[in-house]
Amino acid sequence: MLVAALILGTLAAVAFRAEAGTGIAASDYVALRFTLTQACLSALLSVGLAIPVARALARRRFPGRRLLIALLGAPFILPVIVAILGLLAVFGRAGWLSGFLGLFGLEPVQIYGLHGVVLAHVFFNLPLATRLILQGWQEIPAERFRLAAQLGAGRLAVWRLLEGPMLKRVAPGALAVVFAICLSSFAVALTLGGGPRATTIELAIYQAFRFDFDLGRAALLSGMQLVLTGGAAMVALRASAGEGFGTGLDRMIRRWDGRSAWSCGLDGFWIALSAAFLLLPLAAIVLAGLPGLTALKSNVWQAAGNSILVASISTVILLALALPMAAAVAAGRNGMTELSGIMGLAASPLVIGTGLFILIYPVADPFALALPVTALVNAVMALPFAMRILVPRAREVLARYGRLSLSLDMQGWAFVRRVYLPRMRAQTGFAAGLAAALSMGDLGVVTLFADPEFATLPLQIYRLMGAYRMEAAAGAALLLLLLSMGAFWLLDRGGRWHAEA
Amino acid sequence: MLRLENCRIMNGDYAVEADLEISPGACAAVIGPSGAGKSTLVEAIAGFLPVTRGRIFWNGSDLTNSPPGKRPVAMLFQDGNLFPHLTVAQNVGLGLHANLRLSQSERSQVEAALERVGLSGMGGRKPAALSGGQQSRVALARVLVQGRQILLLDEPFAALGPALKAGMLDLVAELTRESGATVLMVSHDPDDARRIADQVVLVADGKAHPPEPAAELLDNPPPALKAYLG
Repeated sequence: MLVAALILGTLAAVAFRAEAGTGIAASDYVALRFTLTQACLSALLSVGLAIPVARALARRRFPGRRLLIALLGAPFILPVIVAILGLLAVFGRAGWLSGFLGLFGLEPVQIYGLHGVVLAHVFFNLPLATRLILQGWQEIPAERFRLAAQLGAGRLAVWRLLEGPMLKRVAPGALAVVFAICLSSFAVALTLGGGPRATTIELAIYQAFRFDFDLGRAALLSGMQLVLTGGAAMVALRASAGEGFGTGLDRMIRRWDGRSAWSCGLDGFWIALSAAFLLLPLAAIVLAGLPGLTALKSNVWQAAGNSILVASISTVILLALALPMAAAVAAGRNGMTELSGIMGLAASPLVIGTGLFILIYPVADPFALALPVTALVNAVMALPFAMRILVPRAREVLARYGRLSLSLDMQGWAFVRRVYLPRMRAQTGFAAGLAAALSMGDLGVVTLFADPEFATLPLQIYRLMGAYRMEAAAGAALLLLLLSMGAFWLLDRGGRWHAEA
Repeated sequence: MLRLENCRIMNGDYAVEADLEISPGACAAVIGPSGAGKSTLVEAIAGFLPVTRGRIFWNGSDLTNSPPGKRPVAMLFQDGNLFPHLTVAQNVGLGLHANLRLSQSERSQVEAALERVGLSGMGGRKPAALSGGQQSRVALARVLVQGRQILLLDEPFAALGPALKAGMLDLVAELTRESGATVLMVSHDPDDARRIADQVVLVADGKAHPPEPAAELLDNPPPALKAYLG
């Protein structure tokens, strides 16, 4: 209920202000069109490329396959700003690709603008789409492939009998999910977009806010954004019903088709290409960051301290919200709770941030509250993911131990402390790790609330980039990468440490 | 005296009716075809299923609307009787205080109960380090410290081998004879009933019949029981 109040309250504040606004400007339509165009392109490219990659991963067994599939989950907790620095190092003006092209006397590539935004989105969402589609492939029972082989079905027949129908079922969901995610893209558009022709609505909210301090217009844009993401989130949830997040993808299925040299080569090509696309930017950031890491300025360390604080508070808030909510959903008591989790998916951080700003502005100095507000919004943003992790386990715990606890008159705090929390430990650790990593790398609401003296590490990196101090930015990015991954590893590991099955 | 007065228990879309009394200190086996509602009957007595009609009394006091933990009832389920993350001693201690804040004397009570079921010195272990039979003994030790007047067994020993199961039933009989508790034991095996029960409650065709002496009933079964026994 608290979460619903937060989301609805900020939305009400936004709506109230929006009515006082000045109407929709022409530039807002441009932002709307750009938002839709880049989201469509990103979704089509991500899913289009994910299909051959997923097919290659589904029918080949090679050393490092498990590792590669696990790595496909990594971009989810990879700080956006780090990935962007990595992409710049590879695809940027002074990047590896431009250098390579320069050898042949060709022009360096230009990354800023629509194609840069789409490139970054594909970097983040190709792995997600691959996982979703790979799951579809794994769900085709092994017996079907055996039957197809027995019937002597060739490549086309297997496609028509098995793979085509599966994709028809799975691909729309993947498209909708990627589309919904790209709609509320902020940090990518902030760093790689920019200019009036490459501005997403989220970015327009930020600009109305920071540059013009036009709260009415920010509120109006927030309303637009909300209708858009709300609609997309509903479609995505419908289209991808039952699609799990991070389920096991390693069931062995023996395949008898695709033995020809041609298809082996094709699969190898796709696997190598996707691995290079994902790993090169990461490698680039590590290489570029190492020299800068030793020469970090005190303000970077200070920002890192702020980020750790924000991530810690955000994680605590998340657990305080998610654990009771998971129990309530599992007990089937509260239909509202699941709904507010969905609303967390639909509401964008900048919209909530704008609403909070409007609410706080008359009462207190919003800039003084940058840290707690950032932590709170980050926690709400991580809530839908945490719920997906926690609820199935909570259902299991209540089903298995609910009656025994009741018959022992074990209720309230005793049940929570002795049964619920210990049994939920592994999942709690996983959810906390995700929340901490997401919050650590978040470059969203903090841009609205931070004054020049305050910065989290991602914001500091963005400022360094803005000042063209790329070496310092790369060093700080490597630090951020280490902090995010470290936080995730520590919490996830802590949850599983000494946990009984 | 446990009295089910004109009761009707709904479980999903089928109902069991019961109008019967079980005398204090008795050991009654609940027998009948699978799906007839044996578990439904004991779950209603434990308070997990509501009765839609009638009342349940224990020694004259009305239990019908008491929550499960407030009834004078200890229950062992088919599985999941122990918490795997708690030690053996903690699992037993839950029978005294659900929050596990135990005094010195209560702790020695737990130790005594473990000794009584033949598990002395194993209090520090986790259930996973015990055999199936030993896990059943831990659950029985908890029943012992709970000291409730009614014990309901919903086939908790079904997964044990025949000899081990017989041993556990003998232990139940011995412990409840000492404490004077009233036992209702769900079983699909007439040999279990013969072994420790003095009465049999037949559940068939949506009705729980009043208890009858075990030996006589099993030797001269009525048609419904005969059909089940084969």
